[in-house]
Amino acid sequence: METAALKAKAAQIRMDLLRMIHGAKTGHTGGSLSNADILTALYYRVMNIDPQNPKWEKRDRFIASKGHSVESLWCILADLGFFPKEELTTFSQFGTRLIGHPNNKVAGIEMNTGALGHGLAISVGMALASKRDASGYRVFCLMGDGEQAEGSVWEAAMAGAHYKLDNLVGIIDRNRLQISGSTEDVMGLDPLEDKWASFGWNVVSIDGNDMESLVEALDAVPSIANKPTLIMANTVKGKGVSFAENVPHWHHHVPSDEQLEMALSELTALMESHIQEGQVR
Amino acid sequence: MANKIPNRQVICDTLLDLAKGDRDIMVLASDSRGSAAMAPFADTYPEQFVEVGIAEQNIVGISAGLAHSGKKPFVTSPACFLSMRSIEQIKVDVAYSATNVKLIGISGGVSYGALGMSHHSVQDLAVMRAIPGLAVVLPADRHETKKMTEALVKHEGGAYIRIGRNPVEDVYDSDDYEFIIGKAVTMREGSDISIIAAGETVRVALDAEAELKEAGVSCRVINMHTIKPLDKEAIVKAARETGRIITVEEHSIHGGLGAAVAEVVVQEHPVPVKIVGIPDEPAIAGKTSEVFNHYGISADNIKKIALEMLGR
Repeated sequence: METAALKAKAAQIRMDLLRMIHGAKTGHTGGSLSNADILTALYYRVMNIDPQNPKWEKRDRFIASKGHSVESLWCILADLGFFPKEELTTFSQFGTRLIGHPNNKVAGIEMNTGALGHGLAISVGMALASKRDASGYRVFCLMGDGEQAEGSVWEAAMAGAHYKLDNLVGIIDRNRLQISGSTEDVMGLDPLEDKWASFGWNVVSIDGNDMESLVEALDAVPSIANKPTLIMANTVKGKGVSFAENVPHWHHHVPSDEQLEMALSELTALMESHIQEGQVR
Repeated sequence: MANKIPNRQVICDTLLDLAKGDRDIMVLASDSRGSAAMAPFADTYPEQFVEVGIAEQNIVGISAGLAHSGKKPFVTSPACFLSMRSIEQIKVDVAYSATNVKLIGISGGVSYGALGMSHHSVQDLAVMRAIPGLAVVLPADRHETKKMTEALVKHEGGAYIRIGRNPVEDVYDSDDYEFIIGKAVTMREGSDISIIAAGETVRVALDAEAELKEAGVSCRVINMHTIKPLDKEAIVKAARETGRIITVEEHSIHGGLGAAVAEVVVQEHPVPVKIVGIPDEPAIAGKTSEVFNHYGISADNIKKIALEMLGR
């Protein structure tokens, strides 16, 4: 998919997830809005996947280490046909498969995540298996920035570099907010790029809500031989909804009826402009 | 003691043998290849061996990723750390995600007797058996360790195995018996009382049985090598046919084998049960045999308890 179409798709995913969260009256709204562009780039362009054959051996793997921002992922998997779109209305309802974290009972989900600091180690294992078997698949692991306070992230970071896993890509959704406030106030992370570089990773810092930058960085993977890549995706929490952007309580705020209408109207305009952009090109 | 081969070496030898025909078998170590006796495996199959350094959370997470990719990872790490430091990875990445990871807790129980509570693992069974979908196995001797390892390679799903550090006396003459995960082995038939043991305490139970036999007591000995899934049938049968049960374990008296047996007995066929194990305190320092004797995990004490329960 070309970048204009990806931008339009990201706007549509944002609308889908807002409707879903509004309907369920629960969800991690802010983080799902901030990572919507990253996931759209991965699922509609970068990753080799086949929704008709979710267990295809050579598929690229995606691990949502920040499992709580699953809403965007559910909407994308439904949109791609991993499961029927109607099922999105069951999100967080009694007995649903579409719980508030990734659930590997659903086609397209590799592993159950939700406890922070687990995803990168799992990804190291997958990338190592790919290397040892010469399978060729890549592993993309999306982490939160608040999650970087978990020590287990750094255990896995060491192992990824030690085993020279250039088929492993860590992506940090660097929106600088966590539930209690600024990441730098809660537990300072900066200089985060330097930390990853000193752990032996190829660090690429980009605007994580800018589709051109995402495509450029992700298309290049594996970018450097024998080194895992860390993409520092500098994002805005709540991105795409003007009144949710950078507001901490939108971490798991459920939009009211009025807020939903306003957000949908903003995003519809955005989507249409990107569709036009695509046609002009 | 006649046997000089520790169970950890048996696991390595068995995996070395099986890995010849199965390139998916992998062994992981957390700077523990020496204490796990896995150096020969690392040397023979470097492509099937992964060192993670001293990082027990990482070793479980990486193993889950390997298993998801079709590998059969055997994690070898001290039981005290593996069962506590990595418990969330075991719960989520192994049990919840249903990955085929075998967690071998080495130097378990009070094997590291003189090193203190940080190095004892006498709460591991309580923790592991509360996790849905995880098998929990303790082999009694080298023969059972071999059979268990062979069974684990074929077994699909997560499992926690606890072995001790030092060689243990044989309880079987050979490996010519049927080993099934989840199926207890009746080592001695008996009708007056049953002793249910697991791991290294099976030897103690057999010694107690010999003493009780001399005292005219017909004592059944059950080797409950699998704590989960528990062989309820064997327990209910023992309760019904012998009327009283003693459990013996190298574990806290809370939440381990004794608790598992008692849960079945009180609900299915209530009879008196005595639980012998490590009391709720940091265990005393010493060799395994010294610690066992101190807490009454001994043939003499079990005999005494049995005679009391029988009113003799």
